[in-house]
Amino acid sequence: MKLDVSAMENNFAAHAAGGEDDGGLFGAGADLPAMELPTCPADFDGFQKETKEMLKHKKGTTTLAFIFDKGVIVAADSRASMGGYISSQTVRKIIEINPYMLGTMAGGAADCQFWHRNLGIKCRLHELANKRRISIAGASKLLANILYSYRGMGLSIGTMIAGWDEKGPGLYYVDSEGARLMGSRFSVGSGSLYAYGILDEGYRYVMPVEEAAELARRAIYQATFRDGASGGCVSVYHVGPNGWTKLSGDDVGELHYKYYPVEAIPVEQEMADAPAA
Amino acid sequence: MECVIGVVGRDFAVVAADTSAVQSILVHKTDEDKVMVLDSHKLMGASGEPGDRVQFTEFIQKNLHLYQFRNNIPLSTAATANFTRGELATALRKNPYYVNVLLAGYDSDVGASLYYIDYIATFHKIEKGAFGYGSYFCLSLMDKLYRPDMSVEEAVDLVDKCIKEIRLRLVVAPQNFIIKIVDKEGAREYARRAYTDSPPEAATSEAATVAA
Repeated sequence: MKLDVSAMENNFAAHAAGGEDDGGLFGAGADLPAMELPTCPADFDGFQKETKEMLKHKKGTTTLAFIFDKGVIVAADSRASMGGYISSQTVRKIIEINPYMLGTMAGGAADCQFWHRNLGIKCRLHELANKRRISIAGASKLLANILYSYRGMGLSIGTMIAGWDEKGPGLYYVDSEGARLMGSRFSVGSGSLYAYGILDEGYRYVMPVEEAAELARRAIYQATFRDGASGGCVSVYHVGPNGWTKLSGDDVGELHYKYYPVEAIPVEQEMADAPAA
Repeated sequence: MECVIGVVGRDFAVVAADTSAVQSILVHKTDEDKVMVLDSHKLMGASGEPGDRVQFTEFIQKNLHLYQFRNNIPLSTAATANFTRGELATALRKNPYYVNVLLAGYDSDVGASLYYIDYIATFHKIEKGAFGYGSYFCLSLMDKLYRPDMSVEEAVDLVDKCIKEIRLRLVVAPQNFIIKIVDKEGAREYARRAYTDSPPEAATSEAATVAA
């Protein structure tokens, strides 16, 4: 038995040659490349590896969240950068997943936005199927399992899932390396080390909401002061038993003059009036 | 850096591990429990990449539970160790789990036992062992001080000596440790060793006055 492979052969040339036009698109040699192809380097998808390395640790941002006696505080800056270029100063890095849950964004903006929205869908479906809101632990695990399944394929996400569920306040750190950590105090992004300095020094479990918000704001401000990849505005959210509220959004430039007011320097010597001509 | 230590005593086994979750130079948290209680009489101390560590130990734990539900009998420690090794060996040629495991358990027939299984699926039945940078300091200590007939107190004392040595000599020593034991009563948390060294009050107030 012989396999009929005639269908796989290119018959365009034969048809075209029989017709009036002289071949053109289907003419002889149409199956040859019309332009010279660039020579291919030995590892032609090496760029993937490079891209992954580039994305790693390049979380040009500062975000933080902590649990205290009156709920969770979540804060972030608003700068987006592409290498050395500041592409936006008005990014919303705190993503409102549902009225009781917030996510923060560090790493690839598209990756974070897409997967947070995806998480929002999954959480809503859980709510419809089970007639109760998903726990923070559950939601963060949904996200962590997705990220774990895509691990090593180039996603870049460093996020905190914060909110209030039946057990009270919840806070998890989830990243694209597959880690998922429960904790009471996290900071993520290139400015996180600076933010931790302020946060760890000023953190207490019991404090008023205003003081907690101010601590978060100051931590982000100090991070934007030192970290070139962070800046713009500081957004502060609070999540309590009745869901989240946005407490503030301040330009770091204005905050700077609030924290360090310009002091009038006494003029030592008044300039003498110019003599009348 | 990560340290996991295990010792078998007369009729029990101890597994200790640091409780730091670290990423490059940043300590994410200092109370991460890396010793999982697999079932009533088994402990699994694991070190490795954070994502893999959690996913793999949970996978093993859930499979043990499934086996117990299906057959109404728990898997023995030896069988669990072989199962764990098998899973790591199969994964090794596909997408490896970067996890090193010390598995301790107590069986009514064989008593306490400890198994060393690393991410390339090396399998050893051991009496004492350690993973991570801490192991370089601990193994010699344990070789010298270990006796097969140790009591719980003696074994925990040995683990404490290891922790002390790690804190003294390891540059990137973790702050806190957790110690769990398993014996015929079951697997449970035994103690935590927290690093507390707040600056002396006198010195700080003195510095403050000097500054003022």
